[in-house]
Amino acid sequence: MDVLNLSRLQFAVATYFHFLFVPLTLGLSILVAVMETIYVRRGDDDYRRAARFWGKLFLINFAIGIVTGITLEFQFGTNWSRYSAFVGDIFGSLLAIEATVAFFLESTFVAVWFFGWGKLSPKAHLACIWIVAVASNISAFWILTANAWMQHPVGYTMRNGRAELTDLIAIVTQKYALLEFIHTVGGAYILAGFFVVGISAWHLLRKNEEFLFRKSLRIGLAFALIFSLFEILQGHMNAEILGATQPAKLAAMESLWETGRGVPVNLVQWPNAAEERNSIEALAIPKLLSLLGFYDPNAEVKGLKDYPRDARPPVLPSFLSFRIMVGLGFLFVALTAWAWIKRERIVDSPGLLRLLVWSLPLPYLACQTGWTLAEVGRQPWIVYGIMKTSDAVSPISVSQVGISVVGFILVYALLGAVDFYLLFKFARKGPQPATGLSAAMGR
Amino acid sequence: MLSTIWFVLWGVLWAVYFMLDGFDLGLGILKPFLAKTEQEHKVALNAMGPFWNGNEVWLITAGGVTFAAFPGTYAVMFSALYTPLMLLLFALILRGISYEFRGKEDAGWWRKTWDLCHFAGSFVAALLLGVAFANIFAGIPIDGDGIFQGNLLTLLNPYGLAGGVFFVLMFSVHGGLWLANKSQGKLRERTAKAIKVLWGLLLIVAVAFLSFTWFATSLWRNVLTRPLTLLLPILAVSGLLATRVFVARSNWWKAWFSSSVTIVGSTLFGVAGLYPALLPSSLNPGFSRTAFNTQSSPLTLKIMLGVALVMVPIVILYQAWVYRRFSEPVTVESLVTEDLY
Repeated sequence: MDVLNLSRLQFAVATYFHFLFVPLTLGLSILVAVMETIYVRRGDDDYRRAARFWGKLFLINFAIGIVTGITLEFQFGTNWSRYSAFVGDIFGSLLAIEATVAFFLESTFVAVWFFGWGKLSPKAHLACIWIVAVASNISAFWILTANAWMQHPVGYTMRNGRAELTDLIAIVTQKYALLEFIHTVGGAYILAGFFVVGISAWHLLRKNEEFLFRKSLRIGLAFALIFSLFEILQGHMNAEILGATQPAKLAAMESLWETGRGVPVNLVQWPNAAEERNSIEALAIPKLLSLLGFYDPNAEVKGLKDYPRDARPPVLPSFLSFRIMVGLGFLFVALTAWAWIKRERIVDSPGLLRLLVWSLPLPYLACQTGWTLAEVGRQPWIVYGIMKTSDAVSPISVSQVGISVVGFILVYALLGAVDFYLLFKFARKGPQPATGLSAAMGR
Repeated sequence: MLSTIWFVLWGVLWAVYFMLDGFDLGLGILKPFLAKTEQEHKVALNAMGPFWNGNEVWLITAGGVTFAAFPGTYAVMFSALYTPLMLLLFALILRGISYEFRGKEDAGWWRKTWDLCHFAGSFVAALLLGVAFANIFAGIPIDGDGIFQGNLLTLLNPYGLAGGVFFVLMFSVHGGLWLANKSQGKLRERTAKAIKVLWGLLLIVAVAFLSFTWFATSLWRNVLTRPLTLLLPILAVSGLLATRVFVARSNWWKAWFSSSVTIVGSTLFGVAGLYPALLPSSLNPGFSRTAFNTQSSPLTLKIMLGVALVMVPIVILYQAWVYRRFSEPVTVESLVTEDLY
């Protein structure tokens, strides 16, 4: 492999890995904050113990999210230096704003929260977890705004051989950024909801701490249900904006080869990029793609053949990741709706509980496939329409990158294994037993 | 003017990062030698517990500001220093994760493993930051296109290594002083003894490094052309001497603040001596990356200045509150009654 593809591999490894931990941080911080709020307002000790239990899992997950985030920032400079020089004026600023506005808050107050049980007043302590929750989500906003600018650059001008800022407001308020933000955090909230529901279900099957886990399950389930519904409705807006901003991505994710009007969606389909057609096409829903993409059943949708081969994104990964993500999205609605209907007597439905336990990994898959579509589908561009990924890579040697890729894979595999082992261990262990003493001490 | 302001801010951010994470890294280096019992390991870890994470964000901000304000420097600096930066990242990852992982299992081998990772991560990070900055002070072989014409061994030159040793010792003293503030009893006595020895070594290395700097870099000559900036090395040396005075009086907080003055003064001396270069080229001064040939557009610099002037003081305020709130020593009782690392 050359420096370009090794750097791609390295960035993919670092990003996929980082994003195994980020969504749970975004969602679980809110859920823990909700539990602690209920505790502070009602004094129900189950909620305090629940906040501490989920908080422990939150911190194990958070630690790895934090340390792997630095890698991403530094990699723009180490592996994508031409990109960095080209877009630093805009992209670098968004990252720097993220650090000063949000990341400091999040990192500082997560420690205050952890070390502050019993040291701060209950209200001050509660404020800390809300600060963490809000700051993490603000942090996501700035990072996703930066990514949205790579997907759909606005508010810039080409000057001095690089993209220079002309309108920060346009960058921050562009529709692409807003949609990308709500879609990503929506997915993260589903993931956190399923996480809480799945682990609660596991304990309910074993009759551990029934009151505490029923309360947890209910909060997690409400969260997962609301955002599963939201994600389906809102996700449609993301497809629609692709029609206007990245038509090649839209064609790749649908594996549409020929430009046409009144284009259907094939429920069963398999792309064949070499022969520029689909090997399988069946169960077509007429005109659906035109309708979904452009609100007009007869709208024209551009096919991949309209783009030269070197201007098309890789079709199979874009297509598959989109299908998996959307399929899972619908499954999440069905699962959460079913569980919601059964919520009062859910302990009597061991089959459903078991299903909820086994569904826990699925939102992780949905989040990863969503990013695969976003990033692979943008290729060959690193900044859509103005810079190709192949022009962005650093002038460094293959051996350097080769060694660091191997290093990343080894270190991350090890850390990931340890982290998931600890998450499992402490998830199974359950909360600290309720004792009058610990309640009196406010711990 | 804007470029100069950003150059100063850039230097200040690095200085604050070294001042704050410096004590975590230094204490990480000292911990295996000072902590004899499991309890003492925990005291040392929890002495940094509420702070290390927030401290590390200063590094992210310093990196982010390099990216935002001087993208032309960011691109060249980070790709030229590719291998040391990757090692720095791995070191910081292992260091950071050790806090969280170490106490999660009781087995001896588990704790020893994360103790080793914590030590190695802290040591390697301190060393590499020193090597990297010494090389930046001296200049590295970058050509007119910003391409690095060297390899890892180019960076491991005597001056670079001297910088590494200087950073390791400076941070160790700083971390030792932090532990002296945050511990009690035997651990504090042992720490106090170690600080005295380390301070002596630091003094020797500091004098050697500052003299070496005269021959290996143009920092002194640049600073001499702007006499006001001569205050910075004077400040650093005064801080170093004051540290020893306060150590002798067992006034650990004042000693720690003096040590902070040393770190900030040394960093800013280096930065002032570089001005206007952020990354000098050792091949040809014309190839150097400076505040005036790699800066962002005036609009970006203005907006970011607004953000920095509003946000950085706020960050300092709430971090200072956290430092005050958690300033008391970590007691043996608190290890039992509280949920700590």
